[in-house]
Amino acid sequence: MNQLNESTPQPNPFLPEPARIVRLYDLTEDVRFFQIRLAEMDKALSFTNRPGQFAMISVLGAGEAPFSISSTPSRPGLLEFCIRKAGVLTNALFNLKENDLIGLRGPYGNGFPIEKMIGKDILIVVGGLGAAPLRSVLLYCLDNRDQFGRVSVLYGAKRPAEMIFREEYLSLMKREDLECHLSVDKDETGEWTQNVGVVTTLFPKLSKVDPQNTVALVCGPPVMYKFVIKEFVKLNIPKDQILMTLERRMKCGVGKCGHCAIDYIYTCLDGPVFTYWDVLHMRELI
Amino acid sequence: MRIVKFKKKNLFPFLEGISSGADLWAPVRKYPDKHVFSAIRAFEDIDLDYTRTIVPPRKIMLPPKLTMFTATEKTYRDSFVHANKKILFGVHPCDINGLLIMDQFFSQNYDDPYYTRARKNTLILGHSCWPDENCLCKSTHTHVVEEGYDLFFTALGEEYLIWIGSSQGDDLIRTMPEMFDENLNETDIQTFMKWREDRDKAFQTEINFTAMPDLMELKYDDPLWEKLGEACLACGSCSNVCPTCNCYNVKDEPILGKKASDIVRCWDACTLENYSEVAGGENFREKRSHRLKLWYTHKLQAYISKFGKPACVGCGRCIATCPVDINIKTVARSLDGEEVESFWQRLSTEVTK
Repeated sequence: MNQLNESTPQPNPFLPEPARIVRLYDLTEDVRFFQIRLAEMDKALSFTNRPGQFAMISVLGAGEAPFSISSTPSRPGLLEFCIRKAGVLTNALFNLKENDLIGLRGPYGNGFPIEKMIGKDILIVVGGLGAAPLRSVLLYCLDNRDQFGRVSVLYGAKRPAEMIFREEYLSLMKREDLECHLSVDKDETGEWTQNVGVVTTLFPKLSKVDPQNTVALVCGPPVMYKFVIKEFVKLNIPKDQILMTLERRMKCGVGKCGHCAIDYIYTCLDGPVFTYWDVLHMRELI
Repeated sequence: MRIVKFKKKNLFPFLEGISSGADLWAPVRKYPDKHVFSAIRAFEDIDLDYTRTIVPPRKIMLPPKLTMFTATEKTYRDSFVHANKKILFGVHPCDINGLLIMDQFFSQNYDDPYYTRARKNTLILGHSCWPDENCLCKSTHTHVVEEGYDLFFTALGEEYLIWIGSSQGDDLIRTMPEMFDENLNETDIQTFMKWREDRDKAFQTEINFTAMPDLMELKYDDPLWEKLGEACLACGSCSNVCPTCNCYNVKDEPILGKKASDIVRCWDACTLENYSEVAGGENFREKRSHRLKLWYTHKLQAYISKFGKPACVGCGRCIATCPVDINIKTVARSLDGEEVESFWQRLSTEVTK
């Protein structure tokens, strides 16, 4: 028993905190924006997270699952999530209204290594709902714009209607301190004025990249990673400066339930942010 | 560490004396050839003539189904009824080593109070054993214990030599000091040395665990895994019986008639089909071969890379349990390039057809 912690009992890491839905609106047909605040005000104000971390959200009677935090710690007090209706829990979440209570615990995971990104050029490549976790880091960069070099965003979605925060991104294109390119796989509306094609077709539009000084981030559907990473490698961005955030099944978030195990690591503790070197070093990441 | 001598005929009086404020758990014979750890009502039910119980003693710290807390919309009330004071008697060295691995796992990073509280409230009274053909604990060096017990009973003829492993163990001895003899004579020492030598010689199975991390890496794409995947029934039995399997699932069980739920954790197994499946249907380990490989990565590679020893304590339960003979022995030997004759024949004739 000498290995077990004999000090004062720690708080039970499995107990959620009641949290209130402050604001809700639809981002696409099946993705909804949730703005949430912990019910206890002092906890709401002291909650702090790193961009790229996640939280466990629960709905009474429906269960609990991990969700990327879409908001930035540079705007404290409220937590934001972009949630796709995909299963029992998310269906229950979609039935809730503003002011309803949910359970929340976290933040968990390593998040993006912001300290190592400071002073660097940031290249963000997003596919579909990958915009949810990468929004936290994009907003963080924008809120602390002078701490980073060039900031570029490539965002691809299936159709214009499936591009979450479409208007926000379209207005980002007008900013001079940021390079933003958007693409859709298919446009049936005829109103799309930007690129048509998969997200990798946006790479030729990028201004010249200084690879040694660039940190590249990617998040999207599992099929996307290999193609985007190939582009990063073509640009000569070092393997440990290519970052991605991954999805796995999780039932605890704190390295106990086992579901997110890959090789000898747990995605919930050692991830969800990994480098391309991790991918080469460990099988089964992507 | 101190070692004292104790007469076997005093065992039940001693257990009775120490277990008044705690539940006593010990091995009992449940089927003609199978034992289980069970709460003891009558001392005569205790049966120490066993090799391995069906399920390892971690079930006492984390029962197969455990209510973690009761939730309403606004409140979360945790429950630790399973963590009452217990004395667990008759635990073999492999299982004590299994609990040490659990101790490390559940206390690292975030402390898991459901495990650690129950563990702190359980006194471990170990007991010596004799290997059968499936005991691999000498290969994993878990046939002996250096820590993780309060008292350890080594049976020698009509007497026990008892190792006192903790201050709490010492307290137990002091409740009935007249039963214990601190003066071991030369014969006692010789008897123990002879017993230990004979027991070391009695191990019939040996596996080279130090080679396994490299072999797991080198044979990652070996056809072996596909063959195993075809044979595996994905029943999860190997995980249920493994002393180092920690995986669990969490369920929200609504309480009828109330706006409340019991949040329940249940044992899970990485070989089960939906283990790595996320909402929307993406399954990161759809194939049985991939899930089996994860199981063996945990036991034979990952834990060794991290802690320098396998996540296997050589108890032989997977060997006794798997209906299609996929177990630590056959898999390790196959990785080692050995032809496991009966194993392969059975796979190709009985199972995959």
